[in-house]
Amino acid sequence: MNRLSSIVPGAIALALAVLAPLLSPYLSDFVVKIMILSIFALSLELLVGMTGLVSLGHAAFYGIGAYATVLFSGKEGGSIATLLPLAMGCAAGYALVVGALSLRTRGVYFIMVTLAFAQMAYFVFHDTALGGGSDGIYLYVRPVLGALDMENRLVTFYVALAALVFTYALLVLIGRSRFGAALAGIRVNEQRMRATGFPVYAYKLAAFVLAGALAGLAGFLVAARDGVVNPELLAWHNSGEVLLMIILGGLGHLRGAVIGAVAFTLLKEVLGTHAFVGPLADHWQLTLGLCIIAFVALLPKGLIGLASRLSPKASS
Amino acid sequence: MSVLLSVDTLTRRFGGLVAVSGVTLDLRLGEVHAVIGTNGAGKSTLINMLSGEIEASEGRIALDGQEITKRSQAVRARSGVGRSYQRTTIFPEFTVHENCRLAAQAATQRPWAIWQSSRACSASNAAATEALEAAGLADVAGRIAGTMSHGAKRQLEVAMCLATRPRVLLLDEPLAGMGAEETDRMLTLLEKLKATHAILLVEHDMDAVFRIADRITVMVNGAVIASGDPASIRQNAEVRTAYLGEEGH
Repeated sequence: MNRLSSIVPGAIALALAVLAPLLSPYLSDFVVKIMILSIFALSLELLVGMTGLVSLGHAAFYGIGAYATVLFSGKEGGSIATLLPLAMGCAAGYALVVGALSLRTRGVYFIMVTLAFAQMAYFVFHDTALGGGSDGIYLYVRPVLGALDMENRLVTFYVALAALVFTYALLVLIGRSRFGAALAGIRVNEQRMRATGFPVYAYKLAAFVLAGALAGLAGFLVAARDGVVNPELLAWHNSGEVLLMIILGGLGHLRGAVIGAVAFTLLKEVLGTHAFVGPLADHWQLTLGLCIIAFVALLPKGLIGLASRLSPKASS
Repeated sequence: MSVLLSVDTLTRRFGGLVAVSGVTLDLRLGEVHAVIGTNGAGKSTLINMLSGEIEASEGRIALDGQEITKRSQAVRARSGVGRSYQRTTIFPEFTVHENCRLAAQAATQRPWAIWQSSRACSASNAAATEALEAAGLADVAGRIAGTMSHGAKRQLEVAMCLATRPRVLLLDEPLAGMGAEETDRMLTLLEKLKATHAILLVEHDMDAVFRIADRITVMVNGAVIASGDPASIRQNAEVRTAYLGEEGH
């Protein structure tokens, strides 16, 4: 990692913090949306990029974090200090169960088992009265912390920014720690790690639970921002989209996850807006799909590979 | 000489197939114990049971007098059983030094200490450097492991074992696919290592086996048909017909 790669994320965070009060409500909401999805994508990057575990059920933890926030708020609302740990804790708890069982399989079976567990959670919220069924439920009062009220757009912005900085910094630390080195070893050669004396299963489970907790953090934020949750948050296409984001951005880099979240959200917004693409906006799924195929074909290393392709000397 | 790893009537069945049948052998400090046999004789299954990769159906394994038959592979590795694989099993995208440092890190894992950098782990770095020097790879410590020659990769795999400071080395065909010069280098390394380790060597290269082994066990169809010093194995009539062939040695 060169010096630039530690300065640029800090500078971007600082710029966002300074510019926040100047943004229009629409733009502010849009940036918050991107920041939430960045946290969600980063949490999956811990599994896919850092540990080599391709999960297709990550939206379950995101959705559970969101539902926990709303369900524990009740009619009176609640404090960020209790709701946030509860949201992350519930997501981590489900991740512990799913991970403990699914990590006994590998490869395509792991993908299918994580997908199955996510769909199970989806149908629990979709088909029972627990979370208001397929309509979802409203958050009556947004979370507060002392004078900070997430009813205020700017407060929500700063909370999301702080959460993103926390997540990014945590994953940078993990990446350079012994824990991260062991996860990288598991990604490259699990057999050698076991033969060397690492309890590989425990490491993978720890990464899975942590990734679930961080997805729960993103879920908390999306509930607080939207003021409503519905089962679609847990749906499998949401798991697919976040996987697309990190592939689009470039696997194996934290910045790739953020760049992917930004690019994907922007693409979706542009391709779905009549003002930009005219009547094609009604068929945004088609154009988005074609764009993604083009990206993957032209940039197999993701958008992050673009920099090294434009200037061959720059290290990625 | 003291017995480090003791194997008592070890058996492994896969359904109706008996891959390893009642194998008994001892690995002693300061000795290279070679296990030879045709393909499918059960040599790799034996190593896999000793390292804990697969469970034994029957029998027991003791390390330093302590039974380890039910222990997991990771626990056995940390208590001093290192192994290499028939197919080179390293981290090709890391540097040679990183390969060894990660292996050494198994002794000081501390996964919760995420504020500490893995590169700065002095115990792991020291063990890695020491292992690379012992294996004669100190000069290429900065190379990306995957870009090295086949022979150097095999050497690295042994170095990675050494980085965990094992007392027992289980080597599954360390000479496979090596040229004469590389073979010679590896054998010199093993001769040096045997003073401080108990070594189990599975190998097809008979010249190498008879050059380095202090004791040879011959397996056919999962069972031991002979065991003893090289001279007696060379003379053994059953071994000659079953394995060494008419040309003899």
